[in-house]
Amino acid sequence: MANIKTMSFDAVIVGGGGSGMRAALQLAQSGYKTAVITKVFPTRSHTVSAQGGITCAIASDDPNDQWQWHMYDTIKGSDYIGDQEAIEYMCQTGPEAIFELEHMGLPFSRTEEGRIYQRPFGGQSKDFGNGGQAARTCAAADRTGHALLHTLYQGNLKNETTFLNEWYAVDIVKNADNAVVGVVAINIETGETVYVKSKATVFATGGAGRIYASTTNAHICTGDGVGMALRAGFPVQDIEMWQFHPTGIHGAGTLVTEGCRGEGGYLINKDGERFMERYAPNAKDLAGRDVVARSMVLEILEGRGCGPDGDHVYLKLDHLGEDTLNAKLPGILELSRTFAHADPVKEPIPVVPTCHYMMGGIPTNVDGQALTIDKDGNDQVIEGFYACGEAACVSVHGANRLGGNSLLDLVVFGRASGMFIEKQLREGINLKEASEADIEAAMVGLNRINNSAGGEKASVLRAELQTIMQNYFGVFRRGDFMKEGIDKLNALRPRIENVALEDKSNAFNTARIEALELQNLFATAEATAIAAEGRTESRGAHAREDFQERDDENWLCHSVYFPESKTLGKRGVNFTLKTREAFEPKIRTY
Amino acid sequence: MLNVSIYRYNPEVDSEPYMQDFKVDTQGKDVMVLDVLEKLKTEDPTLTFRRSCREGVCGSDGVNISGKNGLACITPLSEAVKGNKLVIRPLPGLPVIRDLVIDMSQFYAQYEKIQPYMINNNPAPAIERLQSPEERAKLDGLYECILCACCSTACPSFWWNPDKFIGPSGLLQAYRFLADSRDTATEERLANLDDPFSVFRCHGIMNCVQVCPKGLNPTKAIGHIRSMLIRSAT
Repeated sequence: MANIKTMSFDAVIVGGGGSGMRAALQLAQSGYKTAVITKVFPTRSHTVSAQGGITCAIASDDPNDQWQWHMYDTIKGSDYIGDQEAIEYMCQTGPEAIFELEHMGLPFSRTEEGRIYQRPFGGQSKDFGNGGQAARTCAAADRTGHALLHTLYQGNLKNETTFLNEWYAVDIVKNADNAVVGVVAINIETGETVYVKSKATVFATGGAGRIYASTTNAHICTGDGVGMALRAGFPVQDIEMWQFHPTGIHGAGTLVTEGCRGEGGYLINKDGERFMERYAPNAKDLAGRDVVARSMVLEILEGRGCGPDGDHVYLKLDHLGEDTLNAKLPGILELSRTFAHADPVKEPIPVVPTCHYMMGGIPTNVDGQALTIDKDGNDQVIEGFYACGEAACVSVHGANRLGGNSLLDLVVFGRASGMFIEKQLREGINLKEASEADIEAAMVGLNRINNSAGGEKASVLRAELQTIMQNYFGVFRRGDFMKEGIDKLNALRPRIENVALEDKSNAFNTARIEALELQNLFATAEATAIAAEGRTESRGAHAREDFQERDDENWLCHSVYFPESKTLGKRGVNFTLKTREAFEPKIRTY
Repeated sequence: MLNVSIYRYNPEVDSEPYMQDFKVDTQGKDVMVLDVLEKLKTEDPTLTFRRSCREGVCGSDGVNISGKNGLACITPLSEAVKGNKLVIRPLPGLPVIRDLVIDMSQFYAQYEKIQPYMINNNPAPAIERLQSPEERAKLDGLYECILCACCSTACPSFWWNPDKFIGPSGLLQAYRFLADSRDTATEERLANLDDPFSVFRCHGIMNCVQVCPKGLNPTKAIGHIRSMLIRSAT
């Protein structure tokens, strides 16, 4: 019965953010028929919200800067479960990828020499941690993500990429060999359902910060790629690793860039004390984000929080002076005045650690090929399936991402995926056609939502889910508490599967999209919960009260969550560098 | 209770649009207009609008708020409510798809017309192209555009000629590339704009400046383009 319309492409990219558009650009430039499926107009993607910059050793601020130092910082920042091969590739290739963006027109801020302006960010050092603070984050004022995303969209327009704007990918279509041969997608404006067939399907679907009640993430960050991959039976990696950004605006959740502290701002408690001096005597406010976030929560828990409820701390910027703030952090002034009703020129910004970034995701190799693990524990490439950007876990961030590395990740690996697919296409890709039954299998979830009768509202269920995740899987975690959280998720599952969709209309039906997004939020949340409960140690962003130490003997590895059995496995971390000997795990202090 | 009146139109159900009245308990808080829309959507999931970043950088939720175009996510009720009443309509002048969602094709087509990308056919250096801070400063107030369409849909000239007049947003971007020291296609860009409609339909009404949620000034950019056109003609 699958009389569904089909569209065919050489490559389909799901997601119109930074990584998706970088991959698309590579493929469009090579002349392959490339489409981007994106649920919002591309420049509305969440990359637009990135502020502080893109970290890369382009040797502008310091002519002697080396990409190897950036590599060291990133490996240390990852708490040693970032794959060293991938980190080496990212840091070494980075400058080339940045210069390409500049040539494309990205309006970077400039130094007096006319080079790209770089600012200090957390976790950055010179000389492998021995040479003090580095300034390695390339910036376009505090609107780097906006500048980058618009530049990439413009590059794609120039190269005539096909955009399926305001289309929503529902599920993966797999053929008889378990290879990925496209997706089923809805044209949101008309409601039409289409099989978008492709020789290469790239998931660049971004993160899922909306599984938490308090997040810097846009409404659209609902883990669609992770949800689709899990429903197709593919595993996700290190999904327990969620970054809480130290400085989300208290109450609103909107992001205040780490660049504020890079430019000389610092955090204070209710006594006006610069408390990071106690927790990280060397790097202070520019320690790793996990370290700063935990320190803030401890200050609050120990009664030194600010405000009537003592539930936040302050970010002080006024000492930098109005001129510097206007020049370097104009967007922050706007955001703080709007959402915190505080003018940073005169008063501090109330901030609190806020869910920000999904370090885990779909496991891939450096070419963007998605991986699964066979029963002997070996990596297996999933034919036809690729991932990059926040949706992927390549893994360059391990247990804690450094600020400025997300934009570099999405540009470098969007590009790498595109280049690899281009090569594959040139050599010829032959995947079996999907049968009608294969396509119908990808319609099951959508049909269930479309046929829903009764059930509860998506908004109510979503709020419950977000509250559970916030309360049981936050900055500090504890086994018995997490088990309780998992029980609550189990109770919520049937209610979410049975979500109401009273409005069955076709034209721009956002209620349908939200019901589908809710399934992806739940799938991501459940994987997070099971992986977090399973990793019995503290590492990077994963801090357990009942296992306070890092356990390299048992957990110097990736976690891999298998959706069909809902169980957790392990996968080795890559310690093979091409250019030097590997960095051995050390105690991580700042 | 706040009185909220919202433009409704579902093409599959309604023969014509209508205004629907709601009462919203804001608990006296000065929340954003988007918060009100979100709250109403939890009660009536059919209410349709675009939103993404909720912090004024993605440009999804441009709507007409009590008569003035703006972004719902950064417009507080204190700026938008008049006599305890909030009126929300789609941005004017473009076709409505459903409720507050408009068809922006014409707006995007005008953006694409100005070749919104860097053109520099000189061989690229091994590092970045150098640009002084002074040259870079010329892009401030231009590159920050978020394509929300608040300006173009507030412009009577764009209402009249949405197919021929580029409109304030597209022209702001046209000037962003004309002003960039790294772009070498000035003559070609000016030639593309040199007709009675693309630029010269701007009559300096300045509605664009008044509504831009990012505080940008398209009229000024259009003035610069006019001067460049006049100079290149002489």
